[in-house]
Amino acid sequence: MSPTVQTTAHLFHVWGAITFVAALAVAGEVLIAAGMRSIGDLDVIRADSGLPGAIRAVLTNGSFVIGALCMALNFFAMLYALSNADLTLAAPAIASLTYIGNAIAAKMFLREAVDHRRWLAVVFVIVGVILISR
Amino acid sequence: MKHSLSSSQYGILAAIVLSASIGDTLLSKGMSQIGAVDPHHLGLLFHALFNPYIVIGIILLIGFFACYTQALSWADLTFLMPATSLNYVVIALLGRFWLHETLSWSRWLGILIIVCAVGFVAGGPARTEHGDPKHPGLDQMDSGVAL
Repeated sequence: MSPTVQTTAHLFHVWGAITFVAALAVAGEVLIAAGMRSIGDLDVIRADSGLPGAIRAVLTNGSFVIGALCMALNFFAMLYALSNADLTLAAPAIASLTYIGNAIAAKMFLREAVDHRRWLAVVFVIVGVILISR
Repeated sequence: MKHSLSSSQYGILAAIVLSASIGDTLLSKGMSQIGAVDPHHLGLLFHALFNPYIVIGIILLIGFFACYTQALSWADLTFLMPATSLNYVVIALLGRFWLHETLSWSRWLGILIIVCAVGFVAGGPARTEHGDPKHPGLDQMDSGVAL
C-alpha cells in the first residue's frame, strides 16, 4: 500500500470514529435529558417517595434507559477512538461535534429555548476547547 | 419560571465539574499505561478494567453521571453544556498548579473564553418552561404583551 492510500484510510478511520463517538453522545444526552424532563424535579420526587422511589422513577423511564445505553457505548467507543487518534485532535473534535449536535438536537427535540446567548456560548466553548487542547 | 438555583443545586453543578475532570484525567493516565487498542486486540479494553487509575476514574464518572442526571431533572441540556465544559478549565488548571506544567498563552485564552461562555448562559434561566400544552403559543402571546 502506498503511503498516501494508507494516510487517507487512516484519516477516514479516525474521523469515522470521532463522528460515531459524537453521534452516540448526542443521542445519549438528548434521550437522557428528555427522560429527566418527563420525570420532573428529582428533589421533589425524593421528598415524596424517598431515594428508592427517585431511583425507581429514573430506571423505569424508557428514554433514560436507552440514553444511558448510548452513553455506555459512547464510553467504550471513546476509549477506542482516543487510543487510536491523536488526543489533541480527537478530544476537541469530539467535544465540538457533541456541543453543536446537542444544541441543535435540544432545540429540535427538547424544544429548549436556545437563544442567541446560548448559541454564543456554544461557539465560545468550541473555540475555548480547541485553544485548550492545542 | 425558575430563574435562580438553590445552593444545593450549585453544589451538584460543582460536583459535576470536579468528578468529570478528575475522572477523565485518571482515565487518560490509565489508558496511557495500557497503550493503543486496535480492532484486532479489543481484549485490551477488558484488561483496562483492572488498571487502578481506570477503576477510580470509572467510579468518579459514575458519580458524575448520577449528578448530571439529577441536574437534567431541573435544568436544560443547553444550560448544563457550558457548565460541564468547565472541566476543561479544571483539567488545565490542575496541570498548571498541581503538576506544574506550563500553560501556553493559547491555553489561558481558551480558559478565559470557556469561562465567558459559562457567564453568558448562567445569566439566563436554567430551564425552558413549556406552557400549558393545551394552549400552545401562550409563551409567545405573553412575550408579545410584554413588548
